[in-house]
Parts: sequence; structure tokens; C-alpha cells
Amino acid sequence: MTVTQPPWRRERREQFPGVPAWSLATSRLAPEEFGVIRLEEVTREWAWGADSAGDDGAGRADGAGVRVCVLDTGVDARHPRVRGLERSLVVAEDLTVVDCDPADPAGHGTACAGVIRSIAPAVSLTSVRVLTDGRSGSGAALLAGLRWAVDEGFDLVNLSLSTTRSEFLPALHDLTDRAYFRRCLLVASAHNMPVLSFPWTFSSVISVASHDEPDPMTYYYNPAPPAEFLARGVRVPVAWPGGREIRSTGNSFATPHITGICALILSRHPWLTPFQLKSVLYLTASNVVVSEGDAHVRA
Amino acid sequence: MSVHERRSDSEITERRLLQSTVEVARHVFASAAASVFLVDQETGELVFEAVSGEGEQHLVGTRFPPGTGIAGWVAASGQPMIADEVAAVPQFAHDAAESTGYVPRSIMAAPVIRQESCIGVLEVLDRSASWRGELADVDLLALLATQAAYGLELLLRLRRAEAALPAAGGDDVHVLLQRISDRVPRGGGAADPTALKLLAVAEELL
Repeated sequence: MTVTQPPWRRERREQFPGVPAWSLATSRLAPEEFGVIRLEEVTREWAWGADSAGDDGAGRADGAGVRVCVLDTGVDARHPRVRGLERSLVVAEDLTVVDCDPADPAGHGTACAGVIRSIAPAVSLTSVRVLTDGRSGSGAALLAGLRWAVDEGFDLVNLSLSTTRSEFLPALHDLTDRAYFRRCLLVASAHNMPVLSFPWTFSSVISVASHDEPDPMTYYYNPAPPAEFLARGVRVPVAWPGGREIRSTGNSFATPHITGICALILSRHPWLTPFQLKSVLYLTASNVVVSEGDAHVRA
Repeated sequence: MSVHERRSDSEITERRLLQSTVEVARHVFASAAASVFLVDQETGELVFEAVSGEGEQHLVGTRFPPGTGIAGWVAASGQPMIADEVAAVPQFAHDAAESTGYVPRSIMAAPVIRQESCIGVLEVLDRSASWRGELADVDLLALLATQAAYGLELLLRLRRAEAALPAAGGDDVHVLLQRISDRVPRGGGAADPTALKLLAVAEELL
């Protein structure tokens, strides 16, 4: 197959009209081909001990020592899929960040935290509630919570949300750059709506859309960003209030898969910069590693 | 036709747009029901504005507390999503039965976004298994939610205009004319051409 123009040079799709389909049904459609330079020594085994894991997972990285902050609706620390939090906070009305009960009446943050825990069982999770009452996040609360997380020195911040309010664009841009230089990597959900939103569109963050395969460790690099990675996002088993579980579909649940995988990689290689970590993610993506002679890439 | 009749007539047009969106949503997904909620900007509550299928007789106007359920997830995160196997959760089934009288197995929902904020949620209950797959279903719902956004915005505009009507002069045409006269720019400043045309029409009618 001849690729006349590489996917990343392609004209950006208009927001509207046109289907804002950042996700890809990889069970039906093969990811397209693109040229890669492989750094051969960076494998999944190198990254998190993927191959040396026994049936009990021994020998695999588990996220120990990595601190993740979940900016969301709060997290129920007692939910069996979450199994404890390092700390639980909320952005108050005056935009200060204060400790609160580890509860989540809505359940969205608990669902996301449970996915991270399922990938990286030993990771340290902290919750900051920035979405309080069903009204879409006030942007200001998101900014205050994110600023706190960056200053606190978390390794990873999971953002299964975005804001559409352009008034927050410059401040959010500055903050994501600051996070990047402080080695705090933001993992943000791509927005499958025909509207402009951020921070997932910023290059200093990792943006995640969905594929539709059931393996939690399968993820793809998307050579036509801004959505850079595709992770499991269809019929994901997630926590539901009251200690229950449902299956849910959406980029909100693809994102914590990548956050969890980043935690695995960082627990094995704590000195990676965000730039290097993104490179490792790229090099170990399912369509970049050559498996069974069936890669979607031209090496 | 009285002023009141004309207004309720146009209300029907705005409502019909929303209603047609939920009818389309219900039919393309061959689902049990489709509905549009308005997010009350004061309280964060979700209010049924249009319903097709289960509950269409009685649900319009019903309110839900903020931040609950899948519609709450969607309004909070701004992300479209699907939740399956929810009927197996006893608390969910109980709450759903209590508030709407119908317990769905699955819920698909997308945010309705206008002018940079989430003003509502489009929800589809118990869609049939589709050849499109979940991801394409979510994308299609997101497009329908964009259409619902225009419908909801028109309805909100109409309500705001109606709420403002008594303050704009009410029954006394002289008060209204005086107010208009005060606002017309003096000394060469050009008034909006559309406003001038409307005033000419008003003169004819009077």
C-alpha cells in the first residue's frame, strides 16, 4: 500500500459537519499503516515486564510507588474495585482544595479509579472532586483542582473529562505546560462531540479515544492525532455506586486504561520524563510492536 | 388569533423540533425510549423536555436530582457513553422504577452542548443490538445530540422572550413606544436595519 500523505499531515477534520469519530472499531477495521522507527530494545517486556508475568501476575510491574490523581466526581474509597485512596479532596466554592469524605454519589470518578486499579493494583490513588453537582464542571473548579495536583507532584493525572469553555483556554494551556515540565503527565479523554474542547487537544498531554476490543492491555497509536492513543473503551466492567459493577462504553473509561499502563511503566522506570513516557507508550502500542508478523506498520 | 394563541403555536413548533429528534433517535436505535433532558442551570436538576416511547405520556416536566445516574455522568463529564447491564443493579432498578416506572437494561446518553456549556442530555433506553457496533452508535447519538442542542436552544430562547415580555411594556403600547424611542440612536447614528423594517411593519399593523 502506498501512503501518499502521512496521516499526521492530513487536513484536520472539521468539527461540524462530519462524524467526530475519533475512536476506531479495531475489531472490524485494521488501523491504517504508517512508517515507524522502532527502538528495538523498548519492548512491552522492557516497559512493564509483560512477558515475564506468570499466571498470578508475578514479575509484572504493578504501579507501586506511582502516585495518580483522579480529577472527577470524587471516588468511593470503599468500593471493591477501588480498594482505598491515599487522599480524598474537593474543590470548594471559594476554589480552595480541601479534604473531604472519600465518597462519590455520582459514581463516574469511582468507575475511572476502578479501571486504573485493575491495571495497576499497587498504585496510589488520590481523588479531587472537580465535578460537583451534575452541571458540567465549572471550568474554574477543574483549573483549581488541576493546579493543586500539579503542585502536589503527582506522577499522573487522569482527566476523563474536558471543558468547552474557551475563557479557560490560556490558563489551562499554561498549566498543562507547567505539568509537563514538572514531570506530571496528564492523561485526558478525547471528546467525541462536534465541539471544541480541551485539554485533550494539547500536545503536552496524552489524549485517549476508544477501540472496541476486550483486552485491557491492547492499545493503539493513532497516527492522525489529536487523539493519540486508542484504548479499551467498549463494554468495560466498571464500578457502580453501592459496591456494584456495570459495563460501560465511552472514552471516559478508555482513558484510565492508559493511565494505568503509564503507572506500570513508571513503576518500573521512575526516571522517565513525560516525553519519554509518551515515546515508550508509542513504541509498545499494539500497532507498533510487531506481533506474529502482523503489524499494521511499515518498519 | 390572540397573542396567547400565537405564542403557544410557536411553542408547539419548537417542541416539535425536539420531539422529532427523540423520535428519530428512538427509531434509528430501535429502542424502547429516547428523551431529551434540560439541565436546570440554577439547580443542576435534569428536566424531561421531550420523550418518545416509554413514558412519553407522563414524563415531560419530571425532574431528577443533579449528578445522578448515567445522565448525571454525561452532564458532569461532557462525554457521551453507554451503560449496559444496569437493570442487574438492585438500587438502580429500584430508583428507575420509582422515578420513571420503567427499568431499562441499558442506557446510552450524550451531552447536549450549546455555546460552550452542557445545557442538556439526550438519552436512549434499551437500544437494539446494531450492526454498527457500540462506537458507531455513540458517534451517531452525538450527532443527534447536536441537533437536539439547536432544538433545546430555540425552546430556551422562546421561554426567555416570553419571560421578558411583560417587562418590555406589557399592555400599554405608549410605554413600549416611549421605550423604543429612548433607545433609537439620535444625531445621525444608524439604527439596526432589521429593527427599522420591523418598526415599519408595526406601524402598518397599528
